[in-house]
Amino acid sequence: MSLFLRLLFRNKLAGFGAVVLGLIVVLALLTPILPLHPPNETNTANRFLRPLSDGHLLGTDHLGRDLLSRLMWGTRLSLAVGFAAALVAGLLGATIGVIAGYFGGRTDNVTMRGIDMLMAFPYILLALAIVAVLGPGLFNALVAVAVVNIPFFARNIRGVTVGIAHREFIDAARLAGMGNTRILLTEVVPNIVPVVVIAMSTTIGWMILETAGLSFLGLGSQPPQADLGSMLGEARAALITAPHTSIVPGVMILLIVMSVNLLGDGIRDALDPRLRSGALSRPMAATRVKRAEAPAPKGDGLLRIDALETQFHVGPRIYRAVNRVSLQLDPGECLGLIGESGSGKSVTALSVMGLVASPPGVITGGAIRLNGQDLIGAPYELLRSLRGRKVAYIFQDPLSTLHPLYRIGDQLIEAIRVHEPVSHAEAHRRAIKLLEDVRIPNAAQRARAYPHEMSGGMRQRVGIAMALANDPEIIIADEPTTALDVTVQAQILALLDDLRRSRGLAILFITHDFGVVAQLCDRVAVMYGGRIVEAGPTPKVLAAPAHPYTKRLIACVPELGAGRRALAAIPGLPPAVDDLPPGCAFAPRCEKARDSCRAGEIALDGDARQVRCLFPEVTP
Amino acid sequence: MTPALKTTDLTRSFDIGKRLFGPPRARVHAVNPMSFEVPTGETLGIVGESGCGKSTLARMLVGLLPPTSGQIEIEGRALDRADPAAFGRLIQYVFQDPVSSLNPRKTIRQIIEAPLRNLHGMHGPALDARIAELFDAVNLRPEFLSRYPHEFSGGQAQRIGIARALAASPRILILDEPVSALDVSVQAQVLNLLAELKVKLNLTYLFISHDLAVVEAVSDRIAVLYFGSLVESGPAEKVFATPRHPYTKLLADSAPVVGRPLGGAQSGELPDPLNPPLGCAFATRCPRASDLCKRAIPELRVVEGDQFAACHHPLAP
Ligand SMILES: Nc1ncnc2c1ncn2[C@@H]1O[C@H](COP(=O)(O)OP(=O)(O)OP(=O)(O)O)[C@@H](O)[C@H]1O
Ligand code: SF4
Ligand code: SF4
Ligand SMILES: [Mg+2]
Repeated sequence: MSLFLRLLFRNKLAGFGAVVLGLIVVLALLTPILPLHPPNETNTANRFLRPLSDGHLLGTDHLGRDLLSRLMWGTRLSLAVGFAAALVAGLLGATIGVIAGYFGGRTDNVTMRGIDMLMAFPYILLALAIVAVLGPGLFNALVAVAVVNIPFFARNIRGVTVGIAHREFIDAARLAGMGNTRILLTEVVPNIVPVVVIAMSTTIGWMILETAGLSFLGLGSQPPQADLGSMLGEARAALITAPHTSIVPGVMILLIVMSVNLLGDGIRDALDPRLRSGALSRPMAATRVKRAEAPAPKGDGLLRIDALETQFHVGPRIYRAVNRVSLQLDPGECLGLIGESGSGKSVTALSVMGLVASPPGVITGGAIRLNGQDLIGAPYELLRSLRGRKVAYIFQDPLSTLHPLYRIGDQLIEAIRVHEPVSHAEAHRRAIKLLEDVRIPNAAQRARAYPHEMSGGMRQRVGIAMALANDPEIIIADEPTTALDVTVQAQILALLDDLRRSRGLAILFITHDFGVVAQLCDRVAVMYGGRIVEAGPTPKVLAAPAHPYTKRLIACVPELGAGRRALAAIPGLPPAVDDLPPGCAFAPRCEKARDSCRAGEIALDGDARQVRCLFPEVTP
Repeated sequence: MTPALKTTDLTRSFDIGKRLFGPPRARVHAVNPMSFEVPTGETLGIVGESGCGKSTLARMLVGLLPPTSGQIEIEGRALDRADPAAFGRLIQYVFQDPVSSLNPRKTIRQIIEAPLRNLHGMHGPALDARIAELFDAVNLRPEFLSRYPHEFSGGQAQRIGIARALAASPRILILDEPVSALDVSVQAQVLNLLAELKVKLNLTYLFISHDLAVVEAVSDRIAVLYFGSLVESGPAEKVFATPRHPYTKLLADSAPVVGRPLGGAQSGELPDPLNPPLGCAFATRCPRASDLCKRAIPELRVVEGDQFAACHHPLAP
């Protein structure tokens, strides 16, 4: 809760809205005990008194009634009606949405078609029609405003409920013996309450405005009772001669609606988990750099990463995702980067082209040299011209790089023409060739397909074709086969291996699978807690791992063909990178750990074969 | 002895393109007639690629999805009405994604309590004692009970999921990819825990996974699914070592293994479920396919001893 308030008030406009609305609500609540004239007391002798006249702070209206008093009572009424309408619309709409979304099928079909029909009418027309049927009156206006807003809530909440109803914890609740009603009340509803609150807080302003509108037309509150809309309506006749009678309620409506909307937006932002972690600002085009100075190059190579440090600064916490990582990639070489979830593989890969999201990502040290040119802190224009043309990425989920609404052929053509000014026909020819290169059968015809029309394996081939579009020198593949079936994985690996040999591509291959590394990579680097702990030629590392972590990780992976057996495990968990222990990060899980392991920084020793351990399993 | 779990001609089809009135536009057969038995105390491993019907089968077995036809028997008793509460006391499910299978707005205690209260009517001190026992069984500390799911790592969350499944005191656990969301170093912790619990509580497991090596390591028998049908079954040590069905062989050859060159890279995809082939579903990808294969669907039959395959021309060992 206090977190919620802090987030809310971080947004200054929302804080302002909250203060203004708070004042108005307090005044409205206190109205009955404030020393005001009775709101309906007429005194025709004092008609249209100007503001600041004696005894009438805001003047009087066409019947000589005190405007301040009418304003306060009117505000009280308008607020009450607006809140009530929002509550009714929210509750009814949410109930309909939850039921339609949860039960699905025919229930869903029938109710949602009904809701669609309601939505087909113009908003205000529908409200007018409802009041026309029920007769004028404040309560009927409330009903009308609530009814026209129900579809909005029903649609929104239905969408959210559908998402929740397919989550596994709902199935788990069923298996725990709960009935539909219990599941709805105890599993579904608590998860949609924030959504209902967000929807209400962002629409309540409109509902107050709509009620005022109906009253303005004489369909809401009936004379002599004052609400903000009817005050405006009555003042209309004297708009020119006594403008203050319109301005007073008008300004109040403006203040209420504005403050409600500002506050509503603030509540939405504070409750939305996507906006919670980072700032509200737009991500930067390239990762932020805060580096003292570039380390001297330690060698050459097509791509050289030297002592790279990438961190995430979230509030007071610093996550050292990549901690002085050095790697080298030569032309035509395949380097495997292996490690468990959260070890920093992806962040290392994304740092190369400045693709780590900023905020919260910051590159705080090191150098990344492509053909000798340092990319860290390079101007965005340079990075953009290199992305795709020199260094291309393949991700685990090809859908993240493919646009769902364009044909894959057109996307390939677009990718080619971004970096090269060739004719459309030429680009098209090349696109087909690329699809053939990645062994897509019937390439010319498949080029007209949309991404969702292809299987996972086919999509990943298109992802590879996109990466190859501009003949890059380096491909960085981040777990490109993890989401695929084994037979498809074998096809993709064979394809990558082929392309590497036929085109001289250098590949940085990220994975957590030793089998894949063994089959594809010349060299391998093992990451743990943001650091490289071991590196060397693949066959040597796999046959005689030197770091205790590598050795035990390999032992955890069951191999096919050995039959039923017990599996080795590493007790404990990988370290959290915002709280790394001093010394060896593996020490808490290592059987060989001694005091010296926990004392201080341990260097990555060796040349072609490197290991970061005081007591390695074998001397490399 | 009656098997713990037995299915007879279990099938499930789905209607595609439902209309408000009138018949659906098309039907897809997600699970073709499937019969198998799992003896008490054994683990049946089920492998197959995405879309082959693994999860549909699992959901039918726990009563989350009514079968289109066929029968499920648990310890000799037929369960025909799909009612998760009736199934729940006999057979439980451990989900693939440990985090999304726990309601983010409930404490761990509330999550574990649900099956105890609803299925066994427990309350008071008996309830507390049972929760403590369950938590002890899955090696979790009791102070976790008052926390919320997002505070746990994947491995811990999966243990909570196992504790919840065990709370119902089932005879059978369906493990649907229980470790594929976990890190390798943590994966083995959960697998070893499952093995221990099985012996201690005399449970029967159905272990579904796409990781062949893991399935082989934990199963007594393995069944291979392809396109909604059982294509091969046999003892765990034989199925991948000496596959009899060409598809099983393709699977075994495709698994990346240290010290083996890239291989098994064969093109081809699953047939279109809306337009299933007449004969063997694997015929378009099979190097041994004959005319007979394209005409007639092969039946599952004994190849040798207790190894079965649905193939007209099974491989020699
Ligand atoms: N946007 C972010 N904000 C804060 N921390 C982050 C962010 N992205 C990544 N991290 C942290 O950086 C560390 C390294 O993450 P990274 O994604 O590189 O791991 P990985 O090795 O690729 O893991 P996986 O196998 O799960 O893909 C993790 O501890 C993660 O929590
Ligand atoms: S440095 Fe010490 S604790 Fe770390 S891996 Fe080596 S032996 Fe184990
Ligand atoms: S039945 Fe024929 S096509 Fe099918 S797997 Fe056997 S040999 Fe191949
Ligand atoms: Mg990653």
